[in-house]
Amino acid sequence: MAVVEAVNLGMVYPDGTRALKKVSFSVEDGESCAIIGPSGCGKTTLLFIFSGLLRPTEGCALIEGKEIVAPPKKAALILQNYGLFPWKTVIENVALGLQIRGMKAKDAKNTVKPILSKLGLEGFENHYPKQLSGGMQQRVAFARALAIKPKIMLMDEPFSSLDALSREKLQNFLLELWMKERLTMLLVTHSIEEAVFLGRQIVVLSPRPGKVVKIIENPMAGSVEYRNMEEYFEKCREVRKSVGATW
Amino acid sequence: MQGSEEKRWSYLVAGAVILAVWQVLAYFVESPALPPPYIVLHSFISQLNKIAVHMLISAYRVIYSILLALSLAIPIGLSCHEKSVDRFVAPFLYLLYPIPHIVLLPLIILLFGIGDLSKIALIGMIVFFQILVTTRDAARNVDSYYVYSLLSLGASKKDVYKHVVLPASLPKILTALRISVGTAIAVLFFAESFATTAGLGYLIMMAWSKADYVSLYAGIVAMALLGFSLYIALEAVEKRLCRWV
Repeated sequence: MAVVEAVNLGMVYPDGTRALKKVSFSVEDGESCAIIGPSGCGKTTLLFIFSGLLRPTEGCALIEGKEIVAPPKKAALILQNYGLFPWKTVIENVALGLQIRGMKAKDAKNTVKPILSKLGLEGFENHYPKQLSGGMQQRVAFARALAIKPKIMLMDEPFSSLDALSREKLQNFLLELWMKERLTMLLVTHSIEEAVFLGRQIVVLSPRPGKVVKIIENPMAGSVEYRNMEEYFEKCREVRKSVGATW
Repeated sequence: MQGSEEKRWSYLVAGAVILAVWQVLAYFVESPALPPPYIVLHSFISQLNKIAVHMLISAYRVIYSILLALSLAIPIGLSCHEKSVDRFVAPFLYLLYPIPHIVLLPLIILLFGIGDLSKIALIGMIVFFQILVTTRDAARNVDSYYVYSLLSLGASKKDVYKHVVLPASLPKILTALRISVGTAIAVLFFAESFATTAGLGYLIMMAWSKADYVSLYAGIVAMALLGFSLYIALEAVEKRLCRWV
């Protein structure tokens, strides 16, 4: 069953800018999908629609077959630059989702402690985000997303502000997380390598207004070793070709 | 701890330098209008009981005004995060803020009498506008990125204010408050120099009219101490509330 589905999605902003045009794709339960496109192609708009922050002007966006009218409880959004609140400590940031869903602040903090230690953030509970490295801030963002036990992870270029080494490490981390938890993952990126490594389905968007140029199946994705395999490089070439034709 | 120890020393040194400059000036000017610091200190201590009473009255007036101003300016200012509220508030602010509110003293005395209420109203009004202008600017400029990040967690409007708009605006509000403390004390002096028999402003004006320069200085010192303690208190609040800055 398709967990995340876009049907002829179109978005025209009030100022007349068209961000998306007739975008259709679907992601099955427990699958991962990478959306790749040039800057300004409406990738973030697409993600905001699936997080219930924006309503599309044409077509519809579905989660588990239902049209999205408010931020879906089953989905966690990770924004570019992590979306952490600088005025909250690590543990306050991570517990926030539960608190907003009605849990008492103290209970929420106790609930998220195991998640923090799972992500290697033990001992940093009372640090503020700016006291942490980029990679650690990214892990806090993951912890916050995981705290609400989502079935769907929506990510907007989650690794774009990290250095190459931390990026690869966290990509591996995300992949392992995805395999273990069997989440449905929708990832927006402008990196071909990242899309091929993480997305078992790759949706290539055109420059503004974003249209689906091609949907590339990538069934080999899903293991950390894939990065070094010949098939991986072959797939990167394939994606680069369809990307190169339009950008 | 090392830092605060160092800070305490730097304050002591600055205080000593100010006193030394005062002493040197007094020595050279040789005028009864500029008594040396030790005479003022002596007079301050010998009149301590009297000064303390006036200082408490002044402190009550100024703190009451500031709290009153805050309790109105912060909610109104923060709610300007909502464009619809801001559209309503902004024209009033633009028309009323540039008026030098201090000229309303006669009017306020006519309306509220010569008691504490008129002083609190005058100081409160001036501080209110200063805090409101800053709070409104801060609330309007809260990065929508944070709001989206919170909304995606399923937050309500109330959550947005509690977890984003208020904490994001707080550092600016506290900075405005710090500036307002100076203004509030200045207005306090003005309000107390007229139609009252209590407060440091009254004490200073009385000493002046009696040409009792030493008491005049003792009053000024008391006023400075009042401002200084409010400033220190605010800094402690800021340290507690804005540790993340």
